[in-house]
Amino acid sequence: MDGSDYRKDEREVPVMDAGYVTADGRQIGGTLMELKNITLRFGGVVAIKDISFDIHEGEIRAIIGPNGAGKSSMLNIISGFYTPSEGELWYRGAKRRPMKPYEVARDGVARTFQNIALFEGMSVLDNVMTGRLTQMKAGIASQALWWGKARDEEIANREVVEKVIDFLEIQAIRKTPVGRLPYGLKKRVELARALAAEPKVLLLDEPMAGMNVEEKEDMSRFILDVNDEFGTTIVLIEHDMGVVMDLSDRVVVMDYGKKIGDGPPDEVRQNQDVIDAYLGVAH
Amino acid sequence: MAYMSEGAEGLRSIPALLQRNASRFAGRPAYREKEYGIWQSWTWAEAAEEIEALALGLLNLGVARGDHVAVIGRNRPTLYWSMVAAQMCGAVPVPLYQDAVADEMEYVLGHCGARFVIAADQEQVDKVIDIEDKLHQFEHMIYVDPRGLRKYDHRRLHEFSHVQEQGRAARDELVGELTLRTGSLGYDDTCVMLYTSGTTGKPKGVVLSNRNIIETAKNSSEFDRLGPGEEVLAYLPMAWVGDFIFSIGQAYWAGFCVNCPESDATTLSDLREIAPSYYFAPPRVFETQLTQIMIRMEDASPLKRRLFRHYMEIARRVGPRILDGKSVGLLDRLRYGMGQVMVYGPLRNTMGFSRVRVGYTAGEAIGPEIFDFYRALGINLKQLYGQTEASVFITQQPDNEVRPDTVGVPSPGVEIRIADSGEVFYRSPGTFVEYYQNPESTADTKDPEGWVATGDAGFFEEDTGHLRIIDRAKDVGKMADGSLFAPKYVENKLKFYPDILEAVVFGAGRDRCTAFLNIDLTAVGNWAERNNIAYASYQELAGHPRVLETLRDHVEAVNASVAEDPMLSGCQIHRFLVLHKELDADDGELTRTRKVRRKIIAEKFADLIAALYDGSESIYTETEVTYEDGRKGRIRATLTLMDAKVVPTGAPAMAAE
Repeated sequence: MDGSDYRKDEREVPVMDAGYVTADGRQIGGTLMELKNITLRFGGVVAIKDISFDIHEGEIRAIIGPNGAGKSSMLNIISGFYTPSEGELWYRGAKRRPMKPYEVARDGVARTFQNIALFEGMSVLDNVMTGRLTQMKAGIASQALWWGKARDEEIANREVVEKVIDFLEIQAIRKTPVGRLPYGLKKRVELARALAAEPKVLLLDEPMAGMNVEEKEDMSRFILDVNDEFGTTIVLIEHDMGVVMDLSDRVVVMDYGKKIGDGPPDEVRQNQDVIDAYLGVAH
Repeated sequence: MAYMSEGAEGLRSIPALLQRNASRFAGRPAYREKEYGIWQSWTWAEAAEEIEALALGLLNLGVARGDHVAVIGRNRPTLYWSMVAAQMCGAVPVPLYQDAVADEMEYVLGHCGARFVIAADQEQVDKVIDIEDKLHQFEHMIYVDPRGLRKYDHRRLHEFSHVQEQGRAARDELVGELTLRTGSLGYDDTCVMLYTSGTTGKPKGVVLSNRNIIETAKNSSEFDRLGPGEEVLAYLPMAWVGDFIFSIGQAYWAGFCVNCPESDATTLSDLREIAPSYYFAPPRVFETQLTQIMIRMEDASPLKRRLFRHYMEIARRVGPRILDGKSVGLLDRLRYGMGQVMVYGPLRNTMGFSRVRVGYTAGEAIGPEIFDFYRALGINLKQLYGQTEASVFITQQPDNEVRPDTVGVPSPGVEIRIADSGEVFYRSPGTFVEYYQNPESTADTKDPEGWVATGDAGFFEEDTGHLRIIDRAKDVGKMADGSLFAPKYVENKLKFYPDILEAVVFGAGRDRCTAFLNIDLTAVGNWAERNNIAYASYQELAGHPRVLETLRDHVEAVNASVAEDPMLSGCQIHRFLVLHKELDADDGELTRTRKVRRKIIAEKFADLIAALYDGSESIYTETEVTYEDGRKGRIRATLTLMDAKVVPTGAPAMAAE
């Protein structure tokens, strides 16, 4: 498959700083997204407190931390579901105004959910096709008659979707209603839907939760392949430390809404604050 | 023309057939493959161009005459092209089983000294890389699917499409050499080398010549009147001789189209979309399909169930007769016609058999009920008997002479003789040249006059001239009292029950027979669900008292049926047990083609066999298992040993009725 298909959006990313080289020798691009002093409050509860970090183009960036540390809230801020109470989010060299999630999606950010959010009654194919909705522009009449622009659009979008289906090896369940699939496959379908949007940044909220070892291995391979084949930047939240340390290039560690560590996996593993947070220390 | 004196219609090799097809059938489809949800197709002319480009690319990489080129992967047009492209260069293609583990591949690749490997994807590439240090002659590997391979060291690794591009670019320079090599392929040059799975010992490389393949393809195509309009689905392992004959030999001879499924998991739905006119499947596939239909019928509405039962009853009675063109009453004909509309047609369509004109099964015995079910629906399912050394065909059933218990009459051009020991020998234009670098085995199997020992014991029925196979000649033994012991005969009867996936009978040199059974998880699991029986694992279900009782009923029914044959009545099963694990090729208990390896099973489970004979009630055992990724583990179980009633031997068989 031609990797360029997936990256139609070839806008130059203004380089704010230079990239870096990972331990296994991969060249990572410049900063794609930067979160500056983000704070998020719900009434009196402070979910995230003054956190800053950046995401480089083409890297796999993990966010880890104990339960309730604010990881999912962080992902929700990136995906536009929450608007930060304070702080700025810079994306592709520009400060991002408060946006609706669909606007963020159009801007090249796709995601999967911790609790699978698929249309259970629809087939896998239709579910993945919904990932292309942001690309469909034909009017309702044309759609209803499946004529002219709507038809051309659907054919073009279906082609992208079929490549995703092939990539994630879910051809055999193409026509199966999602409700009948086992959990591990549903997770894969969700990833397929996110990939169908041809995202620049892919947000994965606990992609391996509840999976057995074999399913985790498969999912890890897909995440690495997506990153490798399409150069997609990946931000993931994950509880399985083995997976995080294996997959990611850099890790942000959160605890009680604060950032307590940031860096390559090996460095983070040695960090005393991180060890304390995971092993539990009286606060 | 001088070369007309040799070869069928002057065509002496597969590349020669390709050239003929590219002009005679230029615009007709040669290959189809489902990719990205759509059937992509290549005409004969396009296929010839692709194959030529690849052959030029191989020359460019340095493929020499007589080299061995290994081909590993699932059925894809690119891999079929690879085999023909290798032949064009004067090299010998060696297809390998794609599910073989690295160790097995190491033996085969080392034995044939393959300099080139053409692999389908990362999985296969990884396996070869694991063992490349031990392969002294290995030089270059070509892969079809580039996914995940970008970061690999590409000094010896090449992408399929790049090799083709380089071939196209160097066409002017290399085409002369290629034409020369292709043109000089002789009728007795090696066409392909196939490794037999081997129920004992290391696999052997069976060398088949162009003459073997082309003569066999010609004869068998004429036997079943195969023409350029046939459609086949290529889904059986490429390393198996049958696939080579069907998807290359016959396809190139008759000029028909080979369809490749999208993935292993989509085979059944692809089968339905293609609706092949010529179809081959081992009995297991038909069994699985029938089991699935029965399970789905159990879950259908009462009305549908009644319709199904009613019309299947009629079909069983008159369907096979109609298929054989025998006379059937007008009323029955009308009923069958109604059934055609209501049940048979839709059912055939669901199974993907709506256009099957010729269907074959072989490899193992097929249950009479299963066989009759498909024939009753109007599917012309026949049996054949063959082996790699014969380029498949030894005997086959002509239309209208089909029965479940015979394997048919000698195929065109095949001579058969039965030795005094009961072993079947044959001689034919398809008889293999030799086992590669193994003159002793060649001499053991093939005598100087060209007669080949099949290793199977059988006899010809006097009235029909059909061959009947009893068992493997070496497995047919004597029991302690001197009576005949034919384990497979009994095992096949057991396996005809959908609940029983596999059976192994012991008794050679003993005073009575015992057996190991494997449950069929799909069938028994569904039964458990309907009967509210909870189970957490295969092992628990296999050891469930009600499952054991059901299997005891099956064993006793088989005993009664075995007792009807006075020659074999000693083979009744006195005691049996249900194994706690499925017999598996990864553990060496089955061959890759799923035949039981008796010796290995007997050694591995010696404790269980001892328990079957010492009268104990139950036994604790530990077994090593190999997981799909090659890791090993142990499973522990306590197995219950079951007694089964036998019909007293010596009593007249009729008494059982």
